[in-house]
Amino acid sequence: MLEIKNLRARVGNKEILKGIDLVVKTGEVHAVMGPNGSGKSTLAGVLAGRAEYEVIEGSVTYDGHDLLALEPEERAREGIFLAFQYPVEIPGVNNAYFLKAALNAVRKHRGEPELDAMEFMALIRGKMKLLDMDQALMSRPINEGFSGGEKKRNEIFQMAVLEPTLAILDETDSGLDIDALKVVANGVNALRSPERSAIVVTHYQRLLNYIVPDYVHVLSEGRIVRSGGKELALELEDKGYGWIETALERA
Amino acid sequence: MSTETRTIEELATQEYKYGFVTDVEADTVPRGLNEDTIRQISARKGEPEWLLEWRLRSYRTWLTLRDPDWANVKHDPIDYQDIIYYSAPRRPKTLKSLDEMDPEIRKTFEKLGIPVEEQKALAGVAVDAVFDSVSVATTFKGKLAELGIIFCSFSDAVREHPELVRQYLGSVVPYSDNFYAALNSAVFSDGSFCYVPKGVRCPMELSTYFRINAQNTGQFERTLIVADEGARVSYLEGCTAPMRDENQLHAAVVELVALEGATIKYSTVQNWYPGDKNGKGGIFNFVTKRGHCRGANSKITWTQVETGSAITWKYPSCILQGDNSVGEFYSVAVTNNYQQADTGTKMIHLGKNTRSTIVSKGISAGHGQNTYRGMVKIGKNASNARNYSQCDSLLIGDQCGAHTFPYIEVKNTSSQMEHEASTSKIGEDQIFYCRQRGLSTEDAVNMIVSGFCKEVFRELPMEFAVEAQKLLGVSLEGSVG
Repeated sequence: MLEIKNLRARVGNKEILKGIDLVVKTGEVHAVMGPNGSGKSTLAGVLAGRAEYEVIEGSVTYDGHDLLALEPEERAREGIFLAFQYPVEIPGVNNAYFLKAALNAVRKHRGEPELDAMEFMALIRGKMKLLDMDQALMSRPINEGFSGGEKKRNEIFQMAVLEPTLAILDETDSGLDIDALKVVANGVNALRSPERSAIVVTHYQRLLNYIVPDYVHVLSEGRIVRSGGKELALELEDKGYGWIETALERA
Repeated sequence: MSTETRTIEELATQEYKYGFVTDVEADTVPRGLNEDTIRQISARKGEPEWLLEWRLRSYRTWLTLRDPDWANVKHDPIDYQDIIYYSAPRRPKTLKSLDEMDPEIRKTFEKLGIPVEEQKALAGVAVDAVFDSVSVATTFKGKLAELGIIFCSFSDAVREHPELVRQYLGSVVPYSDNFYAALNSAVFSDGSFCYVPKGVRCPMELSTYFRINAQNTGQFERTLIVADEGARVSYLEGCTAPMRDENQLHAAVVELVALEGATIKYSTVQNWYPGDKNGKGGIFNFVTKRGHCRGANSKITWTQVETGSAITWKYPSCILQGDNSVGEFYSVAVTNNYQQADTGTKMIHLGKNTRSTIVSKGISAGHGQNTYRGMVKIGKNASNARNYSQCDSLLIGDQCGAHTFPYIEVKNTSSQMEHEASTSKIGEDQIFYCRQRGLSTEDAVNMIVSGFCKEVFRELPMEFAVEAQKLLGVSLEGSVG
């Protein structure tokens, strides 16, 4: 469903992605790992349509569409969800109100009827439980005054409500303690199905104990330098990223 | 510039929807201002001698005053001799019913969505519509009269209730108050008058709709609202004007009087023509609004949503004389393109245990300059007076400005004052976040701006809150960065 071919992208004059090839089939979970600065977040940002990244070459096809030709909101309505590494605070805008507007934008696009407030509240109640979300967070402004863990949980909660077909998690595990990590992983696992896929971007193997990927890719200096099954993550954990780089130099 | 910035700027350049001109025959006085002009205006309105005298005293005072130059706005000097001070649609002397209203004018108000015909009126809103200088229709007059409420044009009030007008006119804003108040007092043409008798709660929202139509005219309306002991009234005014290349002056005066235990809520949705996107044309809105909490336990609330005008110079204020009286000011001011606003309030605490709240939200976009100017004064007898002020500015784009000038003067040691201020910017990351969740840029900006203004919008009567929110979206089309 997602096919990335020779993707090159830059920020300003700095080329960050130097030719990425990746195919994610429906139902698969792919982990993208790599050291800081390897281009993991850039890849996530390009897929979501962040304006500061300029694509210089390559193509991304999603469900048969040219993904790069779509506006960010069109990608979102097509079922692409990005869980932000740094969720944004929006003062004055109620969390539940925002999520209802987002859900209805997606539903409208799919030709489904929009939900009213009552239907929406009924829908989110179960999801709140899944993510162990405090009801009070719903009536607070988006992410304002949330702790780091609350923000990340809120991202996964939004994901659970929007039910994307392709979820991209950008270092969702960073800054989470082990309990929060389990809650977040539960949320992601609950969404796993043969119709949905996910790209889990992470620096550490730890998250992958809870969200077990079908494939692991290692990104280094803007290229995928190694791909494998879930055991690759364990090997990395054991030997460190230096191992990959040394192996590359030798080759 | 990023895509977001450009899109938001496109959004902010939406056209002014009310810029049409109505073709009606008008009765005007010659251009320029002298004692003769004033005599003519007064004569045309068939005014009593005392009012003419008051106008002339105002005029003579005005001659001794200068335009205020302290406001944080820039404009070319105004030639006060190049203005037509009175323009009235020509019509039969008195209208026996609304059916006799000029069909052209009626069409105009229909285009604006003003329910002049009673049967079409929004449930529970009585409207007085002022076209150029003259009040053309007052709906629900009869129904209100049953409760003893007087709601009519200022001219009718002068004719039918001279004793009330004479007692209260200029008692809150004396003609010598400032340059524009003096000018208004000399040449005011019409406006609305409202008196709510003792113990009566006005059962509906009262509303005035102002429209400047004729070319080269200034609109000098005057509103006077008196709530007698224990009375309650909620009042809303709205304003629009045609699009014209030259600037037009609007110098109004609004006086509110709340006697013991009375409550007045005054809400404004101001959408005068703001000029084009290069700053050409637009209304100069130089207005003096003041409320007097004369009796104990009285309360006056000003709520304003200011999206229009090329320049706004306006400080709805409260004099809190009665013990335990309460003054409130809730404001949203938007400046886009080359609009300038210098607005805020004054809270003058004189009585004991008086309380005031100020919530000001300034939104600047394009090259807009938005200034909050507020004064809180606690007199020496105002023991236990309290004030809370909050001024927030939201910047959209990097060409606009937000300025805050709070003045505080305290002469009583038992008082409590709080002042909070913040400045924020709509960030591209906020907009991207919303878009990544499926919302369009336009919806994202509207949502962020509405969230910013929420505390003020909830003070507006329900149907107008919805209107104000829409208006804000329109005003901001094309403005962020």
